[in-house]
Amino acid sequence: MITRQRLAAGLCALLAALAAGLAFPAGAVADETTATAPKVELLLDVSGSMRARDIDGESRMAAAKQAFNEVLDATPQEVQLGIRTLGANYAGDDRKTGCKDTAQLYPVGTLDRTEAKTAVATLNPTGWTPIGPALLKAADDLQGGEGTRRIVLISDGEDTCQPLDPCQVARELAAKGIDLTIDTLGLVPNVKVSRQLSCIAEATGGTYTSVEHKEQLSDRVNQLVDRAADPVVKPVAVKGADSCSAAPVVKSGFYTDREEFSQHRYYRVEVAPGKELRASVSIAADRQVNPDYGVLMRAVTVHGREIVRGESAGNGRTDVVSTGLRYPKAESDDDNAPAEVVCLQVSNSFSAASGVKTTPGLPLELTVDVVDGPDQASDVASFGLGRGWWLLGALVLTGFLAGLLWGWISRWRFSVWRTN
Amino acid sequence: MRIRRVLSTAALLAGAVVAPALLGATASPALADASPSASPSGDDSAPTEAGTSFRTATEVDQGVQATAGASAGDYLYWQFAADAGQRPTVKATVKLPEASKRSSAETWQIDVYDGLRRRQACQYGAQTRTAATDASSVELSCTLRTVRAWSETWANDPLPGTYYVRLTATGLGAADLGLPMSAQLQVDSKDIGGSAAVDGSLAKPLVPGIAVTSEQSDDASDEGSDGSESKTATLSSLRPDTSAWWSDRWVWTAIGGVLAALAGIWGYSLTRGRGRPSRIPPGA
Repeated sequence: MITRQRLAAGLCALLAALAAGLAFPAGAVADETTATAPKVELLLDVSGSMRARDIDGESRMAAAKQAFNEVLDATPQEVQLGIRTLGANYAGDDRKTGCKDTAQLYPVGTLDRTEAKTAVATLNPTGWTPIGPALLKAADDLQGGEGTRRIVLISDGEDTCQPLDPCQVARELAAKGIDLTIDTLGLVPNVKVSRQLSCIAEATGGTYTSVEHKEQLSDRVNQLVDRAADPVVKPVAVKGADSCSAAPVVKSGFYTDREEFSQHRYYRVEVAPGKELRASVSIAADRQVNPDYGVLMRAVTVHGREIVRGESAGNGRTDVVSTGLRYPKAESDDDNAPAEVVCLQVSNSFSAASGVKTTPGLPLELTVDVVDGPDQASDVASFGLGRGWWLLGALVLTGFLAGLLWGWISRWRFSVWRTN
Repeated sequence: MRIRRVLSTAALLAGAVVAPALLGATASPALADASPSASPSGDDSAPTEAGTSFRTATEVDQGVQATAGASAGDYLYWQFAADAGQRPTVKATVKLPEASKRSSAETWQIDVYDGLRRRQACQYGAQTRTAATDASSVELSCTLRTVRAWSETWANDPLPGTYYVRLTATGLGAADLGLPMSAQLQVDSKDIGGSAAVDGSLAKPLVPGIAVTSEQSDDASDEGSDGSESKTATLSSLRPDTSAWWSDRWVWTAIGGVLAALAGIWGYSLTRGRGRPSRIPPGA
C-alpha cells in the first residue's frame, strides 16, 4: 500500500517536473526568437513607369503583384516581413511633394498573409521614384531587435529626387552598424538604372539583379527572404584608435569597424604565454575605388617592434580585400608570467577619384581568435616512423650484425658446454 | 633439423608481418580516398545556395557538388575543410547569362582563401578565364598547394582548417550586371601522404571563430547541453577530418623490420654451419 502511494507520488512529481521543464524553455525560446527574428522589408516602386507592359506581356506592376503573392506564401514563419511603397500616392508634378511620397503598406511584424496580400492588391502605379527617402524610412521601420535586417528594393527607374544620392544614403545606413543589407532588383532596367541599383547594393554588401521575367522576380525575392532567415554571426561594433596606447582591447570574437582611405587603426589583444593569436581582417570596397588597392595588418609589440604581418593587394573589381596573421606566444616557465599585449595595426591603400565621398569609412571586419598553443616543429614525424632506402639499409645491417653476434655467442656457449 | 624448423617458423612469422604490410600498401589509396569523398552519395545534402560574404559562406563537404543560382556581378562564397596531406582542387563551372543579353566578353575568377582569409596560390588550373561573347559556360579550376600540418608563423603555407572559395566576374560592363547565372562547385582532394609530411602540428585547426565556438561547447557540456547550440550561428562549423592516421611510413618501417629479422636469421645461420652432421649417431 505504502509502496503504491510512494509510486503515485513519485509519478506525480515526475509529471510536474516534466511539465515545468516543457513549459519554461518553451517560453524562453519564444521570447528569444522575437528578439532575434530576422527582419525584412520589401520596398516596391509604384511610380508611373510601372505601367509599362514589358514583362512577359504584362505590366511591370502586375508582375510585381504576382511575385509578391508568391513570396508572401513562401515566407518562412520566423521572418518578420513588412512592405513599403514609394511613389504610390502623389500623382502631381510638384517635385517636393513627390519626393516625400513613401508609405508603409504593411508594418514589419509577424506575417498575416491574407492581410498583406489584400494590401498589395490595392496598389496602382502613380508617382515619382524617391529611392533615397524611402530607404531612410525603411531603415527606421526595421529598427529594434537583434536579428539581421534586410531591405529588398524593387524598382524600374532611377531615383528622381537628386541631389540626395541613394548610394550615399545606403552607405550611411550601413555605417550605423545596424547590420543592414540592401538587395536591389531592377525591372527591365537600362544601363543607368543598373548602375544606380548595383551601387546601392554594393554599398551595403547586398546583391543586384536585373529582372526580365515574372518567375525570375519571385524566385529571386524568395531567395533573398530565405537568405535573411539563415542564422549568421552578428559582429560586435568596435572603434579602433590611432595609436596602440589608446586602442580598445578585443577578445576572441567577430568585430566591425570603419576605416577611411589610407587611415590606420589599432586594436589590442592580450596573448597569454602558450596561447596563439589568430587575426584576420577584411576591408570592403563599398564605393567606386581606384582599381589598385591593398590591405596590411601588422602585429606589433607595445614598443613598436613588428612581430609578424599579413598583407594582401589586388586589382580589378572586388568586394573585399583580406589578410590574416598568426602569432604563437612561447610557453613560459613562470606560471605567473603576464599576458603579452599585442597591438594589431590595420591599414589600407584604397584610393578613390576626387568626386567620391571619403566618409563614412570603408567597412572593416576583424576576426580574432586566441587559441591554445603549442605551435612548434617537433622532432617526430608520423608516430616516429621512418621511411626511405637508407632506413632499410640501416635496419638490414643492424639485423645482420645482431644475428652474427647472437650466433657466435651461442656457438661459444655450445663449445663451453661440450668441453664441460 | 632444429635450425631448419627455427628458420621456417621465422619465415612464417616474417610472412605474417609482411602480408599485412603489403596489404596495407595496397589498401592505402582506398583508405586515403575514403576520407575526402566520405559523402558523395548524400546528394540531398548538397547545398543549392551560395553565401555572399566570408561571414555567410556556404559550407560544402569535399566531393559534394554544390550549386547556386545568382546574378552576374554577385560575389559567391563557399567554404570547405581540408586536412594535412591533402591537395585540394576546386572546380567551378559557371553557366553564363544568355549570350543575346550580354554586351561584351566576361572574365570570371575563383579565389581561394585560407581560414585566416589569406589568399592562397593555385599551383595549376585556370583560375581566371575570359568567356567569349557567344560562350554558354566557363570552367575554372584551382589546385592548391599540399596542406601542411605546420608551418612557420611568417609563411602563408596552407594549413589544416577552413578554406574559402570566392567566385565572381572580375570584368563586367554595367549592362551585364545583374543578369541571371548559375554556378556549380566541387572540391576534391588528392592524398599526397607521407611525402608531404612535416614535423609539428597546430593545436587547433585554422578555423575562424574556433576560440568562441569551443568556449561555447565547453560551457554547454558543463551545464548539461540541451542540444540548443546547433541553432547558434558560427563563422564555420566544418572541421577537417583529422582521423588520417595513415602514412606510407608504416609500410616502410614494417618492411624494414621484416628485412632486419630475415637478415638476423641469415646472420645467425651463418654461424651454425650446416647443423649437426648426420653421421654422428644420436646421443654421442
